[in-house]
Amino acid sequence: MIETAEQVQETPEASQSEMLRVQDLHAFYGESHILHGVSFNVKRGELVTLLGRNGAGRSTTLKSIMNMVGRRTGSIVINGEEVLGMKAHHIPRLGVGYCPEERGIFASLDVEENLLLPPTVRSGGMGLDEIYAMFPNLYERRRSPGTRLSGGEQQMLAMARILRTGARMLLLDEITEGLAPVIVQKLGEVLMQLKERGMTIVLVEQNFRFAAPLADRHFVMDHGQIVEEISAAQLPSRREHLNSMLGV
Amino acid sequence: MMMIFGVPLAAFTGQLMLGLINGAFYALLSLGLAVIFGLLKIVNFAHGAMYMLGAFATLLGMQYLGINYWVSLILVPLVVGGFGMLIERFILRRISHLDHLYGLLLTFGLALIFEGTLVNFFGVSGLRYPTPELLQGGYNLGFMFLPIYRGWVLLAALVVCLGTWFIIERTRLGAYLRAGTENSALMQAFGVNVPLLITLTYGFGVALAAFAGVLAAPLYPVSPTMGSSLLIVVFAVVVIGGMGSILGSIITGLAMGLIEGLTKVYYPEAANTVIFLVMILVLMLRPAGLFGKEA
Repeated sequence: MIETAEQVQETPEASQSEMLRVQDLHAFYGESHILHGVSFNVKRGELVTLLGRNGAGRSTTLKSIMNMVGRRTGSIVINGEEVLGMKAHHIPRLGVGYCPEERGIFASLDVEENLLLPPTVRSGGMGLDEIYAMFPNLYERRRSPGTRLSGGEQQMLAMARILRTGARMLLLDEITEGLAPVIVQKLGEVLMQLKERGMTIVLVEQNFRFAAPLADRHFVMDHGQIVEEISAAQLPSRREHLNSMLGV
Repeated sequence: MMMIFGVPLAAFTGQLMLGLINGAFYALLSLGLAVIFGLLKIVNFAHGAMYMLGAFATLLGMQYLGINYWVSLILVPLVVGGFGMLIERFILRRISHLDHLYGLLLTFGLALIFEGTLVNFFGVSGLRYPTPELLQGGYNLGFMFLPIYRGWVLLAALVVCLGTWFIIERTRLGAYLRAGTENSALMQAFGVNVPLLITLTYGFGVALAAFAGVLAAPLYPVSPTMGSSLLIVVFAVVVIGGMGSILGSIITGLAMGLIEGLTKVYYPEAANTVIFLVMILVLMLRPAGLFGKEA
C-alpha cells in the first residue's frame, strides 16, 4: 500500500502533459489536521477518481486545491504554476471549474442567472445554446428559482454553469449522490462527452460502479492520504480488493 | 372645513406627508443596512454616523468650498462612500474572520468617534443649511400645502430606492451580490473577487446613507447626533421588514413612516413609540420579519 503511494510521489518532474500535480499536501481546519501528505498527479485530458470512505479526505482535497480550507502546506501545481500561495479567486482563472458536493445552487437567482453567474475564465467555453442542448430541462425551467429544481436538475445546473466558463479542468465532488439511476446515467454520458472534448476531470465519487467505466485511474484515499493507485487496466483484477477497502 | 375622523383634512394630509418623508429616510437607511448585512453579516452601527457625515459634508462643502446642493448630491455620496470603503478595507476586514458581534461593536465605536469629534468642533445644537433656491416655496394642492423641497425628497428617495432594487434584482452585478450573500466562498471558487465585492458593497451602503444625509441637510438641523437618534428607529424598521428582501425594506420604511405620521394625528403621545410596538408585535408573530425568509 505504502509503496504505491511512494511510487506516485516519484513520478518525473512536471511535464507538458501534466495538468495537476499535488505533492505532500497537508490541510488543517483550525486545529484539526485533515490531510496528511496527499500526493497525486493528473494528466491533461485524463479522468481520475478519488475513492474512499466518508471522511477519508476526498472533498477536502478538492477544497484545498481551490484554497477553500484553512491552512495548507505542501505543493499544488496547476498547468505548471504553483498555486499554494495564490488567492482563492485567482485559481479558477487558471481554467479550473469546481462543483461542490452540496451543489451550491443559489436560491435567490433563477436558473439562467445561476448559469451565467460564474465569470468566464478562458475562451472556448460552451455557449448557452450548447449547454441548453446538452441539458434541455434547464432550458424549460430557465426562469424558475434555482432551488425549485429537482435534485437531478440542480446537479445538471451545477455542472452546466462551470462548462460555460471555459474551464479546462473540472473538480467534481459527489455529483451522483442521491440521484435516480436514469439521471446518474445521463451524467455519465455528459462526462464522456466532456472527456472527448479534452477536459481533465477529477471526480470524487462514492458510486464506484458509475466511476469505473469512465476513469483512466483511481486513487484510493484513507485517513487523509492516497493509499493506492489503480489504473483502469488493473481494475478487473483488483476489484475485490478495492471493494473490501471501500467497504461496499 | 372637511374633516377625516375628526381631524381637519389639511392637518391629516400634512402629517401623512411628514410621515412619508420620514419613511423615505427610513427606507434609504434600512436599504443600506440590509445590503451591508447581507454580504458582510455585520450590523453596521456606523450607519447613522455616515448619514450624519453626509449632511455635514454637504454643509461644510458649501461653507468652505462653495459646493452647491446639486453637486453635493452626487459628490458627497461618492466621497463618504469612498471613506466607507477605506473603513472596510483597513479596519473591518481585519476582524472579518471573528464573530460578527465584533463587527457590531467596532462600527458602534467608530460611530461614537465620528460623533464625538464633530461635537468637539460644532457642538450639538445643530446648524442650518438653506433650501436650494430651485426647491423653495410650495404648492397649494387644495387639500394640503406641499413644500416643494419635501416633494423633492420623497421623489429622489424613491428613485434611488427603486434604482437600487433594480441594480440588485435585475443586473449581473446584483446577481453577484445576491449570490455572495448566500455563499461567498463558492463565489470566490468561481473566480469572483469577493473581498473587492465586499468593499464595494460596504461603500455602496454607506453612499446610500450619505445620500440620505444630503437630502436631510436642508430639512433638519445638521448636528453630530442627528444620525444616532434616527438609527435606533431604522433598526426597528429593519427588524420589522426582515433582512431578506430589498423591496421589503423599502416598503417597510415607507409604511412605518406613514404609521408614525398617522399616530401623530390621532394620538401624538405614542408617535415616538408606535414603531417599536409594531416591532414587538412582528417579533412575536413573525420573528423573521414581514418580508424575511424563515430560517
